Amino acid sequence: MPITINVNGADHDLDATPDTPLLWAIRDHLQMTGTKFGCGMALCGACTVHMDGQPIRSCTTPVQAVAGRKITTIEGLASPVAEVVQRAWNETQVVQCGYCQSGQIMSAIALLERNPSPTDGDIDAAMSGNICRCNTYQRIRGAIKNASKQLA
Amino acid sequence: MRWINRNTRGHLQAGSPVNAQESRRNFLKVIGGAGAGLTLAINSPAVWSVSGSVSKSPGPDSGFAPNAFVRIGPDNRVSVVIKHVEMGQGTYTGLATLVAEELDADWEQIDSVGAPADAKRYNNLNWGPMQGTGGSSAIANSYQQMRFAGATARAMLVAAAVQRWEVPAGEIAVKQGIVSHPGSNRRASFGELAELAASLPVPDKKSVRLKEPAEFSCIGRSLPRKDVGKTDGTAVFTQDIQLPGMLTAVVAHPPRFGARVKRFDAKQALASNGVVDVIQVPSGIAVLAKDFWSARVARDKLEIEWDESRAMSKSSAQMMAEYRELAGKEGSVARDDGDARGVLANAESVIEATYEFPYLAHASMEPMNCVALVEKDSCEIWNGEQFQSVDQMNIGKLLGLPADRVKLNMLYAGGSFGRRANPVSDYLVEAVEIARAKTGTPVKLVWSREDDMQAGYFRPAYVHRVRGGVDAEGNIVGWEQHIVGQSILSGTVFGQSIENGIDHSSVEGASTLPYAIPNVRVELTSTEEQVPVLWWRSVGHTHTAYSTETFLDELAARAGRDPVALRMKLLADHPRWQGVLKLAADKAGWGEALPKGRGRGVAVHESFNSYVAQVAEVSVADDGSFKVERVVCAVDCGVPINPDVIRAQMEGGIGFGLAPALVSAVTLRNGQVVESNFHNYQVLRINQMPEVEVHIVPSTAPPTGVGEPGVPPIAPAVANALAAVTGKRYHTLPIET
Repeated sequence: MPITINVNGADHDLDATPDTPLLWAIRDHLQMTGTKFGCGMALCGACTVHMDGQPIRSCTTPVQAVAGRKITTIEGLASPVAEVVQRAWNETQVVQCGYCQSGQIMSAIALLERNPSPTDGDIDAAMSGNICRCNTYQRIRGAIKNASKQLA
Repeated sequence: MRWINRNTRGHLQAGSPVNAQESRRNFLKVIGGAGAGLTLAINSPAVWSVSGSVSKSPGPDSGFAPNAFVRIGPDNRVSVVIKHVEMGQGTYTGLATLVAEELDADWEQIDSVGAPADAKRYNNLNWGPMQGTGGSSAIANSYQQMRFAGATARAMLVAAAVQRWEVPAGEIAVKQGIVSHPGSNRRASFGELAELAASLPVPDKKSVRLKEPAEFSCIGRSLPRKDVGKTDGTAVFTQDIQLPGMLTAVVAHPPRFGARVKRFDAKQALASNGVVDVIQVPSGIAVLAKDFWSARVARDKLEIEWDESRAMSKSSAQMMAEYRELAGKEGSVARDDGDARGVLANAESVIEATYEFPYLAHASMEPMNCVALVEKDSCEIWNGEQFQSVDQMNIGKLLGLPADRVKLNMLYAGGSFGRRANPVSDYLVEAVEIARAKTGTPVKLVWSREDDMQAGYFRPAYVHRVRGGVDAEGNIVGWEQHIVGQSILSGTVFGQSIENGIDHSSVEGASTLPYAIPNVRVELTSTEEQVPVLWWRSVGHTHTAYSTETFLDELAARAGRDPVALRMKLLADHPRWQGVLKLAADKAGWGEALPKGRGRGVAVHESFNSYVAQVAEVSVADDGSFKVERVVCAVDCGVPINPDVIRAQMEGGIGFGLAPALVSAVTLRNGQVVESNFHNYQVLRINQMPEVEVHIVPSTAPPTGVGEPGVPPIAPAVANALAAVTGKRYHTLPIET
C-alpha cells in the first residue's frame, strides 16, 4: 500500500516499506539529494530536515511517522529566516567540502526561527548534533550571529 | 531531476584524452566537435545541479580554448578547468584566482570546472606524469602553470582586439573582463572577442609576460569561493548521482581484516523488497537493489559464514606492548647527527618519554561511495577523484583495459583527508567488481558509516620513544627518537621510495627536526600488520609534531627555559620558523599573566613547505576536565593567494587536529575494529571548537599549501598548555587528564 508524504508542499505517493527512513524516501524515491546521508544513526545531523518546522534527523525517522506532517528539505526553503541564513552562510564563507552544510543550515534555521537572538550557549546546544569534519564550526557560529543581526 | 542523459556521454568521450603535442587546431576540432563548452561543463559538478550551467556554456564551434585550463564562451563566461579535486580545501577558488589574475578577468565571470582524467594535460607537476591531489601541493605545483594559462589567454584576447580595431597592442588595456582601447573609446567583453581569439595562433610561452607581485589584483584578495551550490543543496556529490537504470549496491564485508567468505546463503536477501541481485566479490557479498534502503535491509538477511583462519586477531593493547618493546631495540637510521647515544649516556640530565598514538579513521562526512558503469570495452566512474592516474591504472588492470579507457567524472568530494587517494583504489575497485557483473548497468556502491569506519586505511598506530639530554648550562645536547609503526608506502606502488628501511612518511617532522641540537638520532622500525593504513591529513606530521613539540617543552622545563625563547634560540638558522613563532606568540600575548586554571602552550611545525605556529589557551576545571578556549595561529605559506581560504584551512586544520588530541581513536579487540559510528569514534563538535585567530605572514616566496599544515601543531600546543597548568606531561593521545 503506498504511503503518502508531504515534502516541500507537495504530496508524494511512495512505493516503499513503512519502515523506510524518510532520508532514503527523499533521496532515492523523490530524488531530492540536497539532504545528505552521514551516519544513519542520528549522530551527525547531515540528514536534518524540518517536520512542521522542527528539525528532525531524517535518517532515523520512518516514513510512516511523517504521514500527515509537512516536511521541508533544503530544496524547499522559502521562509525569510531561511533566506537570511543562506545569505549569511555565503557572506561568512562558511563552507568547505559542503557535504554537511545542508544539515547545518536546516538546524540553524530551526534555531533562529524559534530564537532570533541565540547566545553562544544556545548555538552550541542547537548545533552540537551537526558534525562538520572540515571543522567549519567557527564560521557556522559567525554565520548564525550574522543572520541573527540581520533578523533583529 | 538530476541524472545524466546517456546521450551526453558521447560528448564526454569526444572531449577526453588529447595528446599534449597535438596542434591547437586539432585540439579545438576535438573539443569543438563535441561543443566546446559542453565538454567542459559535462565534467563540472554544476551540470548536475539545478543551476543550469549547460545553458550558460558556449555552443558548438564557438568556444575559445587556448590551453587545457581556460575556456571562454561567447556568453562571456570563463571556465577554469581545475585539475585537482575540490574536497573542501578551496582549490576551485585558489587555482581559478591564478587564472583570473593573469587574465584580468572579472571574478564574477569565472566558473571552476573539474578536469577529466588525463595525466598528459592535468598531471600534478610535483609528482611527474601522474594526476592526483595530495601533499598540499595544488597551489605549489600550479602557481606558474595556471598563471601562464591565464596570461596566454589574455595575450590572445589582446591580439584579437588588435586585429579587430587595428590599433597597436601596447595601447590596449584589459581590466575586470573588459578589453578596451581608451584612445578610440572602444571596448569589448572577453565573450565578444572569444571567437576571433580562437582563430589566432597560441603565442610562444617565452613571449607571455606574467605580472609582478605589485601588479596583483586578485592574488592576495579574499575572493569568494567558486565551489558553489553548497548552501542550497544543489552541489552534486557522488552520493547524489542518479543514472537511468542505476542500481545501488551495499556490501557485507568480513568482520575482521583478513577474513574471507567461506559460504553464503542469499535466499532471504534475494526475496527482500527491491532486491535485484546478490553477488560475491573479492571483498565480500554485494546486494544490489533499486535503492539504498532496500539493499541495506537485505544485507542483514544474508547468511554468511566467514573463513577467519587467516584473519587478524590482535588487540590494540597487545600491539602497543609489542611496539613499546621494539622501541627499546635498534631501528633503521633515518638521521644521525653527531653522537646522540654517547652524549645521552653522559649528559647532566636525561629525560625519556614513550608516546602512544592510536589508529585514526578519516571519517569524512560523505562515506566512501562510487558510481561505476562497465561496458564491453570501457568503464566510466563518477567519484570525487583524488588519485586519477592510480585509479585508472588499478581499474584498467582489473578489467584488462588500457588505463585511458577508464573514464573518470570529477565530482565534489564530501571530505577526504587523504582517504580518497588510495594506492589500491579500494572502494573504486569494489564498485567496479560489482559493476562488471552487471555490464551496461550503472551501479552506485554506497558504504554505510559503519562500513566506512571499519574498512581500515587508517592512520597507523605508532609508538615513539624519545630521549633528550640537557647539560649543566641548560643546553639541549642530545636527542634520540625511535618511531615504531606501520609503513604507509610499503607494499604499494610508492614503496620504491623507501630507502634503507626508511619510509619518510613515517618519520617526516622528526627526521627533519629543525632545532640546533648538536646530536640527533632518529630511528624507525616499520611493523607489519593486517590493518590497511593510509595517509591522514598531514601524514607523518600527525604524530611527529606531537612527540617533538611536547618533548621539546619537557626539555625546556628541565633546562629552566621559556618554551618560546628556547625555540627562538634553537631556530636561529630558520627564519621562517622563527617568523611564525614570533608572530603567534606576540598575537597571543605570550608571557602575559592568565587567570588561575588557565594556561598557554606553543608549538611550531613545518609541513609541506609551509610553516605554522600555534599558541593554545586552555582552561582546566577542578575535576581535571579542560577546554581549549582560544588558539592563535600564524602561517607562512609563501605568497598568500586567498587569505580567507588560508584562514579557513587553518581553522579547519585546528579543529581536525583537535579531534585526535581530545576524542578520536580506533581500537582493535581481537582483530575487530571496535568503533563503528560517531557515538564511539568521536570527532570534534561545535561546543569543543575554540576561538581561532589566524595571522598570515606577508611573503613573496613561492606559494605552498595550506590543506594540511594547520593540523600538526595543535595537539602539542594543547598538551603544552595543559602541562603549564597541571605540571603533568601527556604522552598518549587522545589526552586523558
